[in-house]
Amino acid sequence: MSILVNKDTKLIVQGFTGSQGTFHSEQCIAYGTNIVGGVTPGRGGETHLDRPVFNTCGDAVRETGANATMIYVPAPFAADAILEAADAGIKTIICITEHIPVMDMLRVRAALDDSDSVLIGPNCPGVITPGECKIGIMPAHIHQEGKIGIVSRSGTLTYEAVFQTTHNGLGQSTCVGIGGDPIHGLDFTDVLEMFENDPQTAGVVMVGEIGGTAEEEAAEYIKAHMKKPVVAYIAGVTAPPGKRMGHAGAIISGGKGTADDKFEALEAAGVATVRSTAEIGSKMEEILG
Amino acid sequence: MNVHEYQAKEIFARYGVPAGEGKVARSADEAVEVAKSLGGERWVVKAQVHAGGRGKAGGVKLCDSVDDVRQAASDLIGGELKTQQTGDTGLPIHAVYVEKPADIESELYLSVLVDRATRRVTFIASPEGGVDIEEVADKTPERITQVAIHPAAGFQAYQAREIGFFLGLDKKQVGEFVKVMKGLYEMFVECDASLVEINPLVTTKQGGLIALDGKLNFDDNALFRHKEFADMRDMTQENEREAKAAEHDLNYIQLDGNIGCMVNGAGLAMGTMDLVKLHGGEPANFLDVGGGATTERVTEAFKLITAGEGVKAILVNIFGGIVRCDLIAEGIITAAKDVGIEVPVVVRLEGTNAEAGRKLLDESDFDLIAAQDLTDAAKKVVAEARG
Repeated sequence: MSILVNKDTKLIVQGFTGSQGTFHSEQCIAYGTNIVGGVTPGRGGETHLDRPVFNTCGDAVRETGANATMIYVPAPFAADAILEAADAGIKTIICITEHIPVMDMLRVRAALDDSDSVLIGPNCPGVITPGECKIGIMPAHIHQEGKIGIVSRSGTLTYEAVFQTTHNGLGQSTCVGIGGDPIHGLDFTDVLEMFENDPQTAGVVMVGEIGGTAEEEAAEYIKAHMKKPVVAYIAGVTAPPGKRMGHAGAIISGGKGTADDKFEALEAAGVATVRSTAEIGSKMEEILG
Repeated sequence: MNVHEYQAKEIFARYGVPAGEGKVARSADEAVEVAKSLGGERWVVKAQVHAGGRGKAGGVKLCDSVDDVRQAASDLIGGELKTQQTGDTGLPIHAVYVEKPADIESELYLSVLVDRATRRVTFIASPEGGVDIEEVADKTPERITQVAIHPAAGFQAYQAREIGFFLGLDKKQVGEFVKVMKGLYEMFVECDASLVEINPLVTTKQGGLIALDGKLNFDDNALFRHKEFADMRDMTQENEREAKAAEHDLNYIQLDGNIGCMVNGAGLAMGTMDLVKLHGGEPANFLDVGGGATTERVTEAFKLITAGEGVKAILVNIFGGIVRCDLIAEGIITAAKDVGIEVPVVVRLEGTNAEAGRKLLDESDFDLIAAQDLTDAAKKVVAEARG
């Protein structure tokens, strides 16, 4: 078992024929991901990377039975792409695109609340179930099939956690990048719940960062519902207030959303926290014995 | 992106949000002309800088004659304003806003932003205007209220009535307030704003409402569809090195420490700064060189870091994912030579071909210190910075 994606996932790629879409689709195919086609409006009927190109998501779903999509469409058109995928009935929508306007994501989230599609991202590395299915831009070779679920707001910090849990032999069940934008799809609590219910997952690594209250909400959820151990790290202890640290969501405003607040909330919920990014893997190893 | 008060008020006016009578002036002569055209006997001259706390810092002057206006404008324009928000390096004043003073009865607070927890455009209001709202939130949270707007239903008048009566407005003022909030909501959505803050919004003795100050931030990611606003950007109000970094597509934020940091990825960059601090060092900056970490970007990043005074050592932390570490190592060596770095550089490379990358670093004739792992890197760079 795993969560969200596995060897049965049938994936299409929106923005399939662009340079980013092409490069990362090749990587995913090489990993063994079952990419069944792609969508580029106006290029329906063509073949790209030995797979059919469709004009619309609706066509792609009818022809291929796709149940997941990976989006590389440029930011000005990404909201449209997400909603098109949902309308076509695709259940798992993974949006890699960064720099999508907040007002666009606000409307997208409101619309998705009425659908049964789930959105991962945007502005995220994607989702990978090692050994089965890679959807996104993460470097495949650092992963190893195993028992740790990883959920993170940051791309490269996810890789750090992956690298460390591969290094000490724990491996990963599924790794989910939920993205660094203020309004996004799945949140920590959603993914934590999936990991709690996944038999393959023995422990969860949660990597948060400054800004917002998602980590505090996760702490409440963990306290009330989780039996599996959680190791958490929060980036941004040294970040000054009012400055946006790269991610659109990583900003401390009005004394809220500081790393210290989040560490405190997680510790109060019984979560094992680490203050050093380098100690994520060793802490998990220590807990699981 | 931030704009000046005069620009914000211009946009307010388009949406029917009353912002008083005033105009921008770029010289003392212009200020006098504006004062004369506005008429009356008293004027307020306000320094246009991208920072709050101007009043306390001497950036707002009440003038009783046109001569006073001339004096105030010539004192301010060409100078610098240091406020609580700017820190020690003040912001240059290139323009002033000259306006008619309002007959203030009470000062209120009103702002609009996107609340990420509820994922709604949200109004925040308080009868405690003209003061630091964070302090109000801290000491008297019951004096603050908020209301969220549903994106499909849009703004509803009752939402403004609720806030209006909470603020203690009378029936006529509440009617005005509904129009103000409606305009602000339309403006926020149409303009892709990320923050509108009116502090204070005043009630006048004549019974009206006026936005006495206006702060307006736009969502950078949406500027592609608002060329008019993008053109309002005033680079002189931004940190020089941060603006330079943006030109090269680098994410850079200047801090006070002495250890320069160059990292790929925003999260890892924050994590690296934290690690430096954890091991007793002080980061000089946040810098995300992006996924590629090409020679060109690394070169620009080294230039930015070494332009900072007091940088005693540099930590380069790259997690090579799709890009191979040996290529990144070559880039770092070339860039370090080109820029002529004179402080110790500790490099931590991990990921694809990390071993080959470390070997290249060790063998290079440039003095780079290859770290074994993340903790080792942090300890080494802190030791180097101490000398």
